[in-house]
Amino acid sequence: MPKTLFDKIWDFHRVGERADGRELLYIDRHVLHELHAHHGFAHLQKHQRPVHRPDLTFAVQDHTVATKPGRNDDTNPSGTAFLQAMREGTRRNGIKLFDLGDPEQGISHVVAPELGIVLPGATHAVPDSHASTVGGLGALAFGCGTSEMTHILATQVIALKRPKRLRARLDGRLGEHVSAKDVALRLIAELGVAGARGYAVEYAGSAIAAMPIEQRMTLCNLNIEMGGRSGFVAPDDQTFAWLAGRPYAPKGALWDQALGYWRTLKSDDDAEFDRDVSLDCSTLEPQITWGTDPSQVVGILGRVPDPAQFDASRRGAAESAFAYMGLTPGTPLAGLPIARVFIGSCTNSRLPDLEVAAAIVRGRRVAPGVTAMVVPGSSSVKRDAEAAGLDRVFRDAGFFWGESGCSMCAGGNGDRGAPGERCVSTTNRNFENRQGPKVRTHLASPATAAACAITGRIADVRQVLAGAI
Amino acid sequence: MQPFTRHTAIAAPLIQDDINTDQIAPVLHGRGLKEDYRVTLFHRARRRDDGSENPDFVLNKPQFRNAGILVTGNNFGAGSSRESAVWSMLANDIRVIVARSFADIYRENCLQNGLLPIVLAPDAADAFAARVIAADGAAPFTVDLESQRISGPGGGDIAFEIASADRMRLLEGLDDIGLTLKHMAEIVNWEQRAAAAQPWLQTTRDGR
Ligand code: SF4
Repeated sequence: MPKTLFDKIWDFHRVGERADGRELLYIDRHVLHELHAHHGFAHLQKHQRPVHRPDLTFAVQDHTVATKPGRNDDTNPSGTAFLQAMREGTRRNGIKLFDLGDPEQGISHVVAPELGIVLPGATHAVPDSHASTVGGLGALAFGCGTSEMTHILATQVIALKRPKRLRARLDGRLGEHVSAKDVALRLIAELGVAGARGYAVEYAGSAIAAMPIEQRMTLCNLNIEMGGRSGFVAPDDQTFAWLAGRPYAPKGALWDQALGYWRTLKSDDDAEFDRDVSLDCSTLEPQITWGTDPSQVVGILGRVPDPAQFDASRRGAAESAFAYMGLTPGTPLAGLPIARVFIGSCTNSRLPDLEVAAAIVRGRRVAPGVTAMVVPGSSSVKRDAEAAGLDRVFRDAGFFWGESGCSMCAGGNGDRGAPGERCVSTTNRNFENRQGPKVRTHLASPATAAACAITGRIADVRQVLAGAI
Repeated sequence: MQPFTRHTAIAAPLIQDDINTDQIAPVLHGRGLKEDYRVTLFHRARRRDDGSENPDFVLNKPQFRNAGILVTGNNFGAGSSRESAVWSMLANDIRVIVARSFADIYRENCLQNGLLPIVLAPDAADAFAARVIAADGAAPFTVDLESQRISGPGGGDIAFEIASADRMRLLEGLDDIGLTLKHMAEIVNWEQRAAAAQPWLQTTRDGR
């Protein structure tokens, strides 16, 4: 029977079936963060249950950490208790923690792949819905809730119903200054915020083959924004080259053995998917959200849509989005004045994201009246960026250059915009109030965000670089 | 987990699609480790900009203040996996959510905590929503998980479907971890097989 990649990984990791019909899937790598871990530690302590495999469990401090240089536990006072509970819980349970001040601290979805903790064909869970970021390496990941996290701590398995399989074929060459972020936003716009619900998504096609690993991670990161829990790309030579030599990646003979297996990790030619969708990426322009969910997307030269364009069930949502965003139908997005730019988050904070943004910012200045921030996804990314002089580029232009963490993505550390501010953000959710009460978030790529920062408006990066703006 | 058999309560209509967990349980500052989940629920929607109560929000209306059933649209609980979006329902004694559909992780989180997620087909959902709106909090509805029926003012009983395994888990209030721990021998067996077949998966080592 021909199998999809999903089936291969699932079947290998299937431990058994529970009395209630759920399949138990072994989790090879479990990564915790401080916002939720303390609930799990408290539960285990109360019920005197040990962590089954502390050696396969890692922890980071990311959601609540301050980004100010010289930060400590108290820089964000509302995070102090979380940071300390994490420290205490991981120590008690023998779990490796990338703590504040650790050279490898950062956002879980950035840290786990860059250290080679997550591997092709491995299963992965994080109590955070963007866990599937690491699908960019060919891992099968599950964002989970707190109870599921505790369950994995105690048993190292997750109890699931087998999802269906969706293949998203992305073909065609991406245009200049068009990236995975734009592809993902367009796909979410086409499929809707629940379009992939119940499916594990395999991204395939020529656009994927040509896509660098970090962009594959951006794409897989946004999988949950169309409702899919798991999304991944079959690993290829690019993946293997990217992983080779990473600290936790296998070495020597073990690497050779792993590589032999990883090369089999692809869907068989005649394997069947429950659903196929496709997108031609060759004509795609940079994309940006206009509304308050990630499917409310237009091309950068597009206009706020007319409510009459929506079917009845979506019209109400569109109208409340217009009101929240302070927009009227028919308004062109390009040219709207902005107050804030955020470049960061597990979606777009890896080194190539910062390089792209820096190339646009270099020698230019942030427009007057705009607050612009860059927050690297991990302390390693920050170090590498500084070694390449990117921090200077951003600082000279007037950007804030922060310590790594989630920062303004969800504002869990107090970094947030002021009410009414229009913000162009490289993050993943434009939900109401997420980046601060009444903040109007427009999701876009790092290139677009950089172009907006220097023009002070929503702008087409291609026009900015051509000198037209 | 508290078992669920039947629940009689006022049903509140919040008929919208795609209500996300940032809306249900916004991240609140200075809440510390012991968050008061009663306050978390729809924290922003319940308040106006000046911090005063928003009288237009359904759960603030006098007739729905003690609602114990929430009736909503498609894709309820989208977005962040935060379980506080379920705990905050329970803290307010809301033990049933009737929707046209749920986001995957949210539905899981409901089942983990004894909150009954009911999905009704579009026609039944429309009919039920109309009854809930017409009842306007004047009389309660009863949700019976054993018979899989909703009864209440404005018409006959409404049958609902739920996977028998999920139903059993809620009815018995089964401890999810306990259920899985029964399979510990299989888990350890799997680990031994994996250590032979893909040894790089069963160890982690910083090779520097
Ligand atoms: S960056 Fe945002 S989406 Fe990513 S893990 Fe942090 S809070 Fe969650």
